[in-house]
Amino acid sequence: MLASLPGSPSGLEQLWFTLIAVLWLGYFFLEGFDFGVGVLLPFVARDDLDRRVAINTIGPMWDGNEVWLLTAGGATFAAFPLWYATAFSGFYLALFVVLAALIFRGMAFELRHRGEGTRWRAWWDRAIFWGSAVPALLWGVAFADFVHGVPLGAGHAWTGGFFDLVKPYALLGGVATLALFTLHGATFLGLKSDGAVRERARTAAARLAPVTWVAVTGFLFWTYLTAHHTHHTGLVPPLVPIAAVVVLAGVGWLAHERLEGWAFVATALVVMALFSTLLLDLYPNVLVSSVDPRFDLTIAEAASHPYTLEVMGWVALIFTPFVLAYQGWTYWVFRRRVVRPPVVPGETTRAPSAH
Amino acid sequence: MTTLAGISTLSLARWQFAVTTVFHFLFVPLTIGLGLLVAILQTASYRTRDPAWERVTRFFGSLFLVNFAIGVVTGIVQEFQFGMDWSRYSSFVGNIFGAPLAIEGLLAFFLESTFLGVWIFGRGRVSARVHLASIWLASAGTMLSAAFILAANSWMQHPVGFTIDPKTHQAVMTDFWAVMTNSTFLAAYGHVMFAAFLTGSVFVLGIAAWHLRRGHDTVGFARAARVAIVVTVLASIATMFLGDNQAKQMEAQQPMKMAAAEALYSTERGASFSILTIGNLSDNPIFQIRVPHVLSVLATNSWNGEVKGIDQLQAKDVATYGPGSYVPMVWLAYWTFRVMVGLGIAIFLLGGVGLWLMRTRRLERSNRYLRWATWLLVTPFLANTVGWVFTEIGRQPWVVYGLLTTAKAVSKVSAGYVATSLIGFTAIYSFLAVVEIGLMVRLAKRPPSLETSPAEAPVPDLVY
Repeated sequence: MLASLPGSPSGLEQLWFTLIAVLWLGYFFLEGFDFGVGVLLPFVARDDLDRRVAINTIGPMWDGNEVWLLTAGGATFAAFPLWYATAFSGFYLALFVVLAALIFRGMAFELRHRGEGTRWRAWWDRAIFWGSAVPALLWGVAFADFVHGVPLGAGHAWTGGFFDLVKPYALLGGVATLALFTLHGATFLGLKSDGAVRERARTAAARLAPVTWVAVTGFLFWTYLTAHHTHHTGLVPPLVPIAAVVVLAGVGWLAHERLEGWAFVATALVVMALFSTLLLDLYPNVLVSSVDPRFDLTIAEAASHPYTLEVMGWVALIFTPFVLAYQGWTYWVFRRRVVRPPVVPGETTRAPSAH
Repeated sequence: MTTLAGISTLSLARWQFAVTTVFHFLFVPLTIGLGLLVAILQTASYRTRDPAWERVTRFFGSLFLVNFAIGVVTGIVQEFQFGMDWSRYSSFVGNIFGAPLAIEGLLAFFLESTFLGVWIFGRGRVSARVHLASIWLASAGTMLSAAFILAANSWMQHPVGFTIDPKTHQAVMTDFWAVMTNSTFLAAYGHVMFAAFLTGSVFVLGIAAWHLRRGHDTVGFARAARVAIVVTVLASIATMFLGDNQAKQMEAQQPMKMAAAEALYSTERGASFSILTIGNLSDNPIFQIRVPHVLSVLATNSWNGEVKGIDQLQAKDVATYGPGSYVPMVWLAYWTFRVMVGLGIAIFLLGGVGLWLMRTRRLERSNRYLRWATWLLVTPFLANTVGWVFTEIGRQPWVVYGLLTTAKAVSKVSAGYVATSLIGFTAIYSFLAVVEIGLMVRLAKRPPSLETSPAEAPVPDLVY
């Protein structure tokens, strides 16, 4: 039905839109809990050892998780050059802030434990908190803007400024993703840490769950209403957002009942359902114009030629299984819960001098 | 295009690219080179079970990790700023340039980050063999990453395997294999790889020399210094040989860059090479040292080969592309080229003298050499920087040679935005440089403990 409309995406373009959606979903699923752990750092830890327990739950993986973002960015550049070019220059200042946050956060993980001073560590702890909270918020704002419209004029030229991107709907989107990633981090910590940190993560999850439910439900409801009115497809019937809202309602209970594995699976599903809703709403566009629907940037307009998409498709098909296999394997290698080292009398606990 | 205090978006965007790229490229060659060196040291440790090898592996491993982190975080900016500052470039080249970038993420970044995680946190949890394999896989990831980004850059230097879509005016890929086997890429990849290896080896040599002079762990550091000297000699010979090969290719593919490198204004047969110039490069220099015929040999491999001059090339470019200046900044191309070559020769001598001292068993006692080795630690970093600046400046005014000028590649964003991010990135990077270099100096100066063999130390519960 869709394929018969003029200017609608070809099968290959639909495949690449799906693949990029999968990369973003993978990124938010994985770095979502990294962000959450960072945001929860001041709340689940009482001393330096607690903080190290929390950081070490994501220690071996955070960098690999962030590569999902780099691959999503690179794949968007290759498969939809106009999407990459228009969105990245349009979201200029927001993206600069995200990059600055990710820089400080990444440096913090590697540098924090190399100094002994409490002030040194306290500064890097702040970098981890803000470096996690700010992108967690801004990614929601950006994706909300994608579907609710950005100031695209004729020829897809950006006609607005920074404050065109900060609207109530987008802000609600940011609050929803910040809350959801934090909750996702809490269920991850419940699964991966032990002792006091695990208990505090459980309490945090139980307390955060209702707040997150309100923010996510409100955001999805708003998305559904506006999507319906502008005749966007993919959300009728709205099974995906309803699934998100229903599963999210159970997270508080799962955390309370100490069903930690299921609680994590639930927040993971909600993260993916939330972003799936947005991307389904976006289809068949990659950017919606708030100026006039005629200026929407469509998948077909933004896409590379079939040859590039085919070559890239083969590369993705051949190598993605290997990547998933070895990245999955590392989660198996580091499956054990991270615990505080036993206190040996007369010995001060220090950071190891070298690996 | 907008301006801020008379400075255009274009100038600001170019400065931003220069700042972020030069900074990123200070650390990346060290990541590649040191990754290889650490993998070699760990292999020796694995084979011999000798604690001295183990000590130096851990010692340089820490430095490698601190350096790796800064390469990672500045690398994200590299990938995103094409879209932010160079959106017209991005939409023009995305079909071609985007492909190696995406493949770099899938094939290289996942490999290096995942296995580095295993390497950092896996000691004692995975077998020694898997632990050794993980550093080799991470090292392979860094080398693969360089391959894809250089394939992308080489397409900007020498576009192949494409056509221009008449409707959208975008460059469209017609032959992926041609892009990945671009002669410019194959030549540049070897040169850059070996330069990265010698960056790692000169770094290891300089630090090992510092400790040897102070009598710290003389067994371990003497071994590390020997490995580093061998790598330096081999890699510097390969870098020079491949660089010479690139010069010939440059004369054929980008003659203007070659002419600018020599400040050769008029076409000449049997052209001489000036080692240095004082005064004006264009007409009557005050003082110049010239070596006859060398430029012709460098550029064309023949004693009396013809090297084209800037004036003739400019006239030809005007005829082909229309009015405008097609001459890059000659003084910058001239001096970066000379500094690169000079430093390359200095590094070769550092390795060669070291090899001679090693053969005559005087390395550990030669205080003067060890002091020089520590001072010369900075040379590969300078050489990498000026080499990269030369290859990018020499291509101007083009961003994609012959197809798209830099002026037409910049985003239509306000100069205020670019100024904000330029100031922001410069401030953040300066801060990072201070913290990073301070930490590396501290780690590099801390002598490894000889008391207990680290191999028998308990596995730490918390690594970070």
